[in-house]
Amino acid sequence: MAGGGTGDPGGGAGDPGGGAEDPGGGALDAAAAERLLATMWRIRAFEERLEPLKRSSMVHGLTHLSIGQEAVAAGVCTQLRDDEPVYSNHRANGHALAKGVDMGKLLAELMGRADGCCRGLGGSMHVVDVAHGFLGATGVVGGNLPFAVGSALASRLLGRARPAVVFFGDGAAQTGIFAETVNLASLWQVPVVFVCENNGFAEFTPRSAHTRVERVSDLAAPFCVAARTVDGNDVVEVHGAFADALSQARAGSGPYLLECLTHRLSGHYVGDPGGYRAALEDEAWRARDPIARLVRQAAAAGWFDAEHARAAEAAARDEVEAAVAFALGSPFPDPSIPAELTYARS
Amino acid sequence: MSHVIPYIAAIQEAIREEMERDERVLYFGQNMATSPEDPFLKQFGPDRVRVTPISETAEIGMATGAAVAGYRPVVELYMAEFLLVATDQVVNEGTRFHFMSKGAVSVPMVMVAGYGFTAGWAGQHTGSIYGMFMGVPGLKVALPSTPADAKGLMTTAIRDDNPVLFFQNYLLLLEEGEVPDGEHAVPFGVADVKRSGSDLTLVATGYAVHTALGAAESLARRGVSVEVIDPRTIAPLDVDTILSSVARTGHLVLVDQATRHSSVAAVIAAEVAELGFSSLEAPISMVTALDSSIAYSKPVEEFVLPDEHKVVRAVEASLGLAPASS
Amino acid sequence: MTETTYAATIAATLAAAMRADERVVVLGEDVALGGPYLATKGLAEEFGTARVVNTPISEAAICGVAIGAAQSGLRPVVEVMFVDFIGLALDQLVNGAAKAHFMSGGQLCVPMVLRTQGGAGQRGAAQHSQSLESWLTHVPGLKVVVPASAREVAALLPSAIADPNPVVVVESKTLYFRHETLPDEGVSPEPLGHARVVRRGDDVTIVATSKMVHEATEAAARLSEHGVEAEVIDPRTLVPLDLPTIAASVRRTGRLVIAHEAVEHGGFGAEIAAEVQEACFYDLDAPIVRVGAPFTPVPLSPALEDAYVPGTAEILDGVRRVLG
Repeated sequence: MAGGGTGDPGGGAGDPGGGAEDPGGGALDAAAAERLLATMWRIRAFEERLEPLKRSSMVHGLTHLSIGQEAVAAGVCTQLRDDEPVYSNHRANGHALAKGVDMGKLLAELMGRADGCCRGLGGSMHVVDVAHGFLGATGVVGGNLPFAVGSALASRLLGRARPAVVFFGDGAAQTGIFAETVNLASLWQVPVVFVCENNGFAEFTPRSAHTRVERVSDLAAPFCVAARTVDGNDVVEVHGAFADALSQARAGSGPYLLECLTHRLSGHYVGDPGGYRAALEDEAWRARDPIARLVRQAAAAGWFDAEHARAAEAAARDEVEAAVAFALGSPFPDPSIPAELTYARS
Repeated sequence: MSHVIPYIAAIQEAIREEMERDERVLYFGQNMATSPEDPFLKQFGPDRVRVTPISETAEIGMATGAAVAGYRPVVELYMAEFLLVATDQVVNEGTRFHFMSKGAVSVPMVMVAGYGFTAGWAGQHTGSIYGMFMGVPGLKVALPSTPADAKGLMTTAIRDDNPVLFFQNYLLLLEEGEVPDGEHAVPFGVADVKRSGSDLTLVATGYAVHTALGAAESLARRGVSVEVIDPRTIAPLDVDTILSSVARTGHLVLVDQATRHSSVAAVIAAEVAELGFSSLEAPISMVTALDSSIAYSKPVEEFVLPDEHKVVRAVEASLGLAPASS
Repeated sequence: MTETTYAATIAATLAAAMRADERVVVLGEDVALGGPYLATKGLAEEFGTARVVNTPISEAAICGVAIGAAQSGLRPVVEVMFVDFIGLALDQLVNGAAKAHFMSGGQLCVPMVLRTQGGAGQRGAAQHSQSLESWLTHVPGLKVVVPASAREVAALLPSAIADPNPVVVVESKTLYFRHETLPDEGVSPEPLGHARVVRRGDDVTIVATSKMVHEATEAAARLSEHGVEAEVIDPRTLVPLDLPTIAASVRRTGRLVIAHEAVEHGGFGAEIAAEVQEACFYDLDAPIVRVGAPFTPVPLSPALEDAYVPGTAEILDGVRRVLG
C-alpha cells in the first residue's frame, strides 16, 4: 500500500466551504495556467451553447452538462498524451474536449451528423475518439471502470509505460462493479488513475439518500489503494494532485484514486425538471466558479491578466460558433450504415 | 365508468391502490421519492417507500429477500438495459426459490423497467430487450401498450405470487387513455384483440401495438381488414388467441420493436408455424428492428426501427397485394 | 490419428494460439490451475501467470477488463466458469463489448473471446446446468459459437480468437471428457458462420446443436434401420447463422426437426424455425417441430434431471411427428 490519506478541501459533505484559495503550487507555470483557462472556457462556452441547441432540437437525444465541473476535466486531461487513454462517463463533453477531441466533430456527433467523431451513431453518452486516446463515454453508470484496468493491463503486457485514466461519479461508487474493479486494480497493481467527480448527486438523488460515505476516497483504503481528496473547483489543486498521480503511474506504480469535490450547476440532463435541486445552494458554488477562481489565482501569481482571460473566453466562443457552422454543414449519415458497422471486419 | 389518464399515471394508480389494499406492498428504487413532498412517501411513509442508490443487483436481491419474508415489493429499476447489470439476480435467484423449495416459498415481486427511449438516447438506453427474459422459467413478463392495460397488468403483477418483470415504454408514458374506474386487474396470459379483422392477423407487443394499429387503419382505407392482437404478457404467452385468429385469416405478420434475431416475434412465429401450420396460406413475416445497436442519429435510428410503412409493406407481401403508391 | 478429448483440445488450441500470438492472454477464475474441467491445463506452466491470469470471483469486472484490454491491443480469452453466471457479466458483454464498434462509428474493436459452458446432466441443479445461449443470440454485435466436438473446437476456437469481434464460445460440460480421434496433421481453422452437414439424408432434416448433435446422429442411425434417411446439420455458430445450408436441406426434405438442450419455449430453435418457415414455406410438408427441455428450472434429482434433458428418444419422437 502506497499510503496517501484523504485530504479535505474544507467544509463537509460536498459543502463548498470557505477556505482560503491556494495561490498555486510551484508546479504550474504561466503556459500551463493559460492552457487550463483556455480548456475550461472551451468546455463552458461549448456547453452553454449546447443547451439552446438542445432545446431547439438541433442537438437531440440525451445531453448531460458539466457546467461548474470544468476544473476536473481540464486539470486531468490536459496533462495526458494522446496515447494515454481516458474512459469517461455519461457527462463526457468536458473530458472529451480537454482530451483533444475536435469541437466541431464533437458537436457534429451530438447533432447525429456524418462528420461526428462516431459518424453520428454514438451521441453524447458514447463519444469516442481513438486518435486522441479518448476511448469512450458510457451510458451505464460505472460500466467502463474495468475497461481502464484492462487497458492498463494491456499496456503492461505489451511493454508500454502507459497508464489509463477513468472518470466516474459518486453515484458509481455504489455499484458492484466499482468494488470488483478497484480490487482487481489493486491485486494486479496496474497503473490506473480513478478520477472521481464527486458532485453530490447520483442522477437525481442527493448523496444523503444514496450513501452514508461522504468521501469516495475513503472507499480506497480497504482495497489498499492510495487516494486523495481535493477541491475539484480549484483547477490548480486538481492539476497538482493529478500531476503527482500521473508521474507515479507513468513510473509503473499501482492504482490511485483522486477524488475531486465539485458541483454541477445544472440538472442531470438538459430538460431535467430539477425539482429535487430546489434546496441546493447553487449560489454558494457559483462563488467558487472554477474559471473565476483561476483568474484570481493567475493575477496573484502573475500567470496572466484579466485581459488575457477575456481573450480566452472570446476565443472559446468563436471556436464554438465555428463548430456550430461545421456541424450544421455536415450531412446526416447514410441510414444503411448500421449493417456495415454492427460487426468489425477482419 | 372510466377516467382518462396517462399511461404512467395508470401505473402509479395501480401501485397506490395495491399499497392501500395490502400493507405488505413495498415500493422502492432509483430516482424516486427523493423529496419529502413525494406523494407516495407522504401517503405511505419511509418504511414502505424509499429511494435506493444505483445498485441494481442489490435492489433486486433485497426485493427477493423481502418477498421471501412475506412482503410484496415493487422495485423501480429505471432503464431496462440497466437490468443487464443485475441479470443474475433477475433470473437466477427469485425465479428459482419456488421450484427449488418444492413450492414451499414464493417470491411475489415486481421489477419495473422502462424501454424503447427511441428519441436519440442511443445504444445503451433504447433497446427493447424484453425478449431476453421470455425464455426464463419462473419469470413472468408484462408489456402493456395502453393506460388501461398498464394499470390492469400492474395490479395483477403485484398480486401474482411469482417474480414479474413489468416493462413500461418510455415513449408511451404520457399517452392518455381510458382506464376503468375502481378495481381493474388484467389477467396474465390473456391476449387482447385491439382491432378485429378478417384478412390478416397482426400480432404486436408493447410500443409496436400502436405501429400495428396505425398500419391497420391505413390498410382499412384500402379495404383490407386486419386484426391486431396484443399478447400483453409475453410470459405466459397466449398462443391460442393468435392461433384462432390465424385459423380465420390464414395470414400472420408480427411486429416487434426489438432486434429480429431470437426476438419475441421469432418465438411466436415458431409456435404458430408448428401449431397453426395447416391454417397458414403464406409465410409468417416479421417486422422488427434491424439486427444492430440503435443509432443516435435520427435518420439512422428511424431506418433501424419498424414503422407503419414497413408493416404495410409486409401485409401487402403476405396478401399478395400490389404496393400502394405512396 | 491422435486420441484426445474436447477439454484437452481446448487447452491445446489455446496453447497454440498463445504461441503464435503474444497478444493472446487467458483470464478467469482458476484458469492458472487448469480450471475445473482441465480446459486450461498446462497453460500457466508454459506461458506464465502474467499471460494466464487467475482472477477473483468478479465476473463483471473480469469481462470489463477483457474489453479494455481488447481495446488496447490484447486478444483476451476470458473464462466464465458456468454460463449460469453470465448474468453477472451481461451488462459488460452487451452494453460494453457488443456495441463498442457500432457506437464508436467503427473506431473501437473488441477482439475478445468469452469461453463458458452449459448443459445439464451432472446433477448441478437449477443454477449450474442451464443452456442460456439464446439470450446471447439476441444481441447484435456478439457472435456465438457452440462446438459439438473436439474437432469443432480445433476448427472454430482459432477463428474465434482471430475474430475482431466479441465471440462467446458456449462449450458443453458433458462433452469435456468425450474421447475422439483427430488427424495427426491437425485440424485447419474454419470460418465462423458455416454449418456442417454431419450426415446426409433426403427424408427429414434434423438441426441439432452441441451435445444434441450426437443424440441426433444416434437417432438418424436408428431411423436408417427403418428406412428413413435423416440429414443431420450442426449450425456450429448461432450468430452468424448459416441459414442457406439449413434452408437448402429443408427444401429437399420438406421436413425439419430442431433439437437443443435449452428450454424449447424461448430457446434458439424458435429463431431457426421462424427463419426457415419464412424461407421455405412452400417446401414444407409438415410443421417444424422443436425438441428442447420443458419450461422449468433444471431439477437436481437424478431421475428428474434425466427426464428433463432431451435426447435420442425425444428426437425420434419429433421425427415421427413430422413424418406423420
